[in-house]
Amino acid sequence: MTLTGAEILIKCLHHEKTEYVFGYPGGAVLFLYDALFQQDGIRHVLVRHEQAAVHAADGYARSTGKTGVALVTSGPGATNAVTGIATAYYDSIPIVVISGQVATAFIGQDAFQEVDTVGVTRPCVKHNFLVRDVRDLALTLKKAFYLARSGRPGPVVVDIPKDVSAAACEFDENVFSTELSMRSYNPVIRGHHGQIKKAAQMLLEARRPMIYAGGGVVLSDSAEELTRLARLLNVPVTTTLMGLGGFPASDKRYLGMPGMHGTYEANMSMHHSDVLLAIGARFDDRVIGNVEHFASEQRKIIHIDVDPASISKRVKVDTPIVGNVKDVLEQLIRQLESGAAPNPANTAEWWKRIEEWRTRQCLAYKPSTELIKPQFVIQKLLEITGGEAIITSDVGQHQMWTAQYYRFEQPRRWLNSGGLGTMGVGLPYAMGAQLAHPGKTVACVTGEGSIQMNIQELSTCRQFRLPIKICLLNNRYLGMVRQWQQMFHGQRYSGSYMDSLPDFVKLAEAYGHVGIRVDKPGDVEAALREAFTTHKNELVFLDFQIDRSENVYPMVPGGKGLTEMVLPAEEL
Amino acid sequence: MRHVISLLIENESGALSRVSGLFSARGYNIESLTVAPTEDASMSRMTLVTGGSDDVIEQITKQLNKLVDVIKVTDLNEMPSIERELLLLKVRATGAAREEMKRMADIFRARIIDVTEASYIIELTGSQKKLDAFLAAIDPALVAEAVRSGACGMARGERVLKP
Repeated sequence: MTLTGAEILIKCLHHEKTEYVFGYPGGAVLFLYDALFQQDGIRHVLVRHEQAAVHAADGYARSTGKTGVALVTSGPGATNAVTGIATAYYDSIPIVVISGQVATAFIGQDAFQEVDTVGVTRPCVKHNFLVRDVRDLALTLKKAFYLARSGRPGPVVVDIPKDVSAAACEFDENVFSTELSMRSYNPVIRGHHGQIKKAAQMLLEARRPMIYAGGGVVLSDSAEELTRLARLLNVPVTTTLMGLGGFPASDKRYLGMPGMHGTYEANMSMHHSDVLLAIGARFDDRVIGNVEHFASEQRKIIHIDVDPASISKRVKVDTPIVGNVKDVLEQLIRQLESGAAPNPANTAEWWKRIEEWRTRQCLAYKPSTELIKPQFVIQKLLEITGGEAIITSDVGQHQMWTAQYYRFEQPRRWLNSGGLGTMGVGLPYAMGAQLAHPGKTVACVTGEGSIQMNIQELSTCRQFRLPIKICLLNNRYLGMVRQWQQMFHGQRYSGSYMDSLPDFVKLAEAYGHVGIRVDKPGDVEAALREAFTTHKNELVFLDFQIDRSENVYPMVPGGKGLTEMVLPAEEL
Repeated sequence: MRHVISLLIENESGALSRVSGLFSARGYNIESLTVAPTEDASMSRMTLVTGGSDDVIEQITKQLNKLVDVIKVTDLNEMPSIERELLLLKVRATGAAREEMKRMADIFRARIIDVTEASYIIELTGSQKKLDAFLAAIDPALVAEAVRSGACGMARGERVLKP
């Protein structure tokens, strides 16, 4: 059968069971768009900026575990996509980004809308391809999807010149169904048996064991295995910002999030543990703070990760286990179940210490009848959604409050940019998640800084009738910047004050949505109910005018050790 | 510590920039880098001379392995190995210096491969240290131009780097 490059792309997307392509057309992708128009099965979602296309594909992937797809044109289309690609890269999210390129004969001629997309994206992709010959297209696309989702997942860019999408060649459907093997790429799936035995022994003998679980648990759909393991061993668990929902927050073994804005009990336990089991986590600077301080306390570390380069990168590990988290956890559980039962006496003293740390009530805050406390809004949001919503956030104080106060019970319910910290992801993430889960409640918690970074997507939401609930915690400051300036820069609020904010209610209405402004704590609950029940099927933009001076606590100041936390002032 | 890392990489356009980009992005040193296709034209062999603590070298090899185009990586410091580098040196060769240059080339078992009335091009192959020693032994005022290839390395014995 003879097909054009554009038709081969469609064949590939059908084979990959792609439901949505998030994109924006342009000159170099006209043939691709023409082929999209002439098929059924894939829905194209027209965004208003390419960055949002990639974020939406990323949000789709985060909420489903499937590979997201974005389609952008050459030049500015591709450069606009870069922030989205880098965001997915730093959180290991499987997406494939198809970019148009000028025709092969024009490459290198500084043609109109030409940019070296492969060169520009190289440092922030798992891999990328420039397809110079239509005969290579089918196999390249197959490789792209395989690379994106296997091993440590990540974004893959396929750059397709205009003449390649137009050219025809003989196409063999078997390309997609035959197993792919690459001599240069063989991710390890199962863990080394000897290492697993050793890890099991260490955990059984530990007096102060601790599980520190990261995004890898969510990415590999291992929440169930992690929960079984923790209950089997009766070990305390902390989950990172990326791992929230990977372990049920209601379990008594759950200590909350560790790190810069982690709980007192999680950080104290991380620091004082004698055997630390790290699962799909990478000892990020926001999680363990000062490396030397962390190393000042002796402990044995077991590290499970699919990416060998994540092991012993920042912190020396005693027992590395390379493999897919789900497979390794299954092996570890089997190993533990085949041996002697754990002795509860070993950890009794440890649990006593942890209970003492818990009595610090590090997330307590002073309620107010005058000013809306952001923590209160999140608690009410949790109550009204019954913890069942998919919550997206942007980056800043609101993100940390949501992570702290919305108690996630299940994985893939919490979508945010952890590694790159990209403001503006919240709304497009919600779009991707809402399209993937049409019947589910999707809420985007945001700040007035972040929401304005992709505010144009309110238009996309209208076009596709996405009933997202936007909860803006509006403090008229770039709050996290202001917090650092208050604490470390002599209260000189350089550039962190937001003046001339739009009337968000009118703005929402201008886009055809519902807007509600909330000024009093007493109105928070009613407004949320109105949004989530009365306007269930509409997008509602809730503008909560919150206490401007509220800060995120606990806080480990930059460069400090995990136990050097600043707790809320009234606690000290 | 100085390490010689040998790798096999897919002979794809852009593969070299993936390696050099990795080094610049993560702040690793590259002392020298040589690359050319192997007997199998679908693969290139690269020899990379770098430096760093054991932890840094461990990260470098892991990060190289992580590149999708990289087929195999070995640290030649971990095994007996041979390392050679090529030097092409253009020197002024007039008067007394002409004879002196010839003598120095003989002593170091270098070859003179281009001769004019006023110049020689000397070819010397050897370890980096030998090349350094040769350059130190001749009068710098007579050196017109020096080109070094960077090291090429291979494990001794029957050990081979294959996919």
